[in-house]
Amino acid sequence: MNPGMAPGMAPVATPFFFYLLSGLAVISGVLVITRRNAVHSALALIVTLLAVSCLYLMLYAPFVAGVQIIVYAGGIMVLFLFVIMLVNLERTIKERQFNRMWPVGLLAACALLALFMSVFAKGKALFPDRGLPLAEGDNTQKIGMMLYGNYMFAFEIASLLLLVAIVGAVIMAKKRI
Amino acid sequence: MLNAFMSYLGSRVTPGDANNQLWALIYILIIFAGVSVAVIAMNWLERKALAHFQVRLGPMRVGPHGLLQPIADALKLLLKEDIIPAQADQVVFWIAPLIGLLAAFTVYTVVPFGPSQAVSDMNIGILFMLGVSSLGVLGIVTAGWASNSHYPLIGALRSSAQMVSYEVAMGLAVVSAILMTSLNASGTGTLSMIDIVKAQQEQHVWFLFKFFPLGLIAFVIFAIAMVAETNRAPFDLAEAESELTAGFHTEYSGLRWSLFMLAEYAAMIAVSSIAVALWLGGWMHPFPNLLNAPAWEFIFSLFPGLTFLGLAGIAFLGTARMPSHSFFRIQRAGLAVFAALLGFIALVLLVIAVVGRNADSSVAANFREGIDYVYWFVLKVAVFMYLFIWYRATWPRYRFDQLMQVGWKVMLPISLGVLIATAIVGVIVG
Repeated sequence: MNPGMAPGMAPVATPFFFYLLSGLAVISGVLVITRRNAVHSALALIVTLLAVSCLYLMLYAPFVAGVQIIVYAGGIMVLFLFVIMLVNLERTIKERQFNRMWPVGLLAACALLALFMSVFAKGKALFPDRGLPLAEGDNTQKIGMMLYGNYMFAFEIASLLLLVAIVGAVIMAKKRI
Repeated sequence: MLNAFMSYLGSRVTPGDANNQLWALIYILIIFAGVSVAVIAMNWLERKALAHFQVRLGPMRVGPHGLLQPIADALKLLLKEDIIPAQADQVVFWIAPLIGLLAAFTVYTVVPFGPSQAVSDMNIGILFMLGVSSLGVLGIVTAGWASNSHYPLIGALRSSAQMVSYEVAMGLAVVSAILMTSLNASGTGTLSMIDIVKAQQEQHVWFLFKFFPLGLIAFVIFAIAMVAETNRAPFDLAEAESELTAGFHTEYSGLRWSLFMLAEYAAMIAVSSIAVALWLGGWMHPFPNLLNAPAWEFIFSLFPGLTFLGLAGIAFLGTARMPSHSFFRIQRAGLAVFAALLGFIALVLLVIAVVGRNADSSVAANFREGIDYVYWFVLKVAVFMYLFIWYRATWPRYRFDQLMQVGWKVMLPISLGVLIATAIVGVIVG
């Protein structure tokens, strides 16, 4: 049980929900790359994103979970679908995969597997003994204080970068400004 | 078991905070039933009000004044043949209405009908509401694509472009209201729906009137954006019947089509309740800090009963004004029964208000106050629902380029300006 939690409150983070959500995330993640139909892939990706956001909730990070839903599932994926719907799917389904990148992919997968194995082998040594003393109740407020207090500069730099990207996109899209 | 069931009634927390799954389930069922009934009532009211706006009678045949029309419609839709186009993407076509419905109803988890009359009080309440309601567009987009037909596809493209653009202005307007919650002694704001309403009570002002006219402008922007978000007239380009037959649901029929309608109306109620909670003081009756003497509390607690009494009176008046021809005998009896039913509800509510006033058990007091809270919240939402009908009857549909122009070149700059002005005023005053 998480020590930062109010007494008498049962933990949400039961193994059942963890395996359910991570199983959902993995299965739909596999579907994303195996479906030939791009729209099906996008829908599977949305399911993955939602499952991951529920995992954030289980980690007592409701703000990240909410932002994950708004930004990825509600915003970016809608734009994804928007573009994919305009593609001629019937041709793409019949087309053969032309880039032969599977050796690279295999290498990357093996590296990731090695990383996971090493984390699994080291086990508990990597993590602090107790759960984080971060209460769920003021998670959002804490994040706000951090972003606009301690990490103000980094945050503003990141938003400046995004602004540059937006301006760049507008210039590229518009022929005559 | 029974003990756990009853002990919750005396407490003043939401089932989510009390960690009481049983009561959470009961709340969910009550809200689901309530919203479904509200959608049925809204269906009838919309047809009737639209008709009167256009000097028509509207539904008159099924039941007195067409009162049974929604039930007849629902039956017709259930019995209709469910057509799936041969070239449609079967699975996505099947899922699409469910996505919209799920998104619309999941939002109600955090709608604050009262200080403890919500399924759960999430730390990220408003973010959750905005996020989940923005998933509703996925239902429309997938429906349009899965139909494998031109009109639905164009409708889906329009609606996704529209929703993505208006979400920006909507979000900024919401942020300026959230900024106002932080103007207290501790200086930290909140995203929880219940705490947002409580912040308005603490600051002795609805956020609508806070920093006049800043709160008002933010509210107006939200009120416009929420009509666009729910694809209602004058922003209903996704289903513009003069250009796109029925837009994204052209190929849908029967039950599936009715699921889209249910989702649309449920989403309308959901966004209206965001507006009510953020700017109109949620569950609070007018002047909650000024008029909080026991006498005033009693007067306000009579309001729900009096409202139903008024409705019963209107129905009785309708009974009296029915033509006295024998053709109308059954209709007349039906309306009289309906009026008697409303009168009975009014009587029960009045008895609860009068008797519950002196009850000393916390269960009875909770129950009576709960009715009050829910009544004021629902009343404020009902005003918005009427506005939705009024808009539809009054304004012609936007053209697509006008829609984009308004969204990006008018609403977005204004909402950004309001946000900055609210922050500056907040720093100076708070």
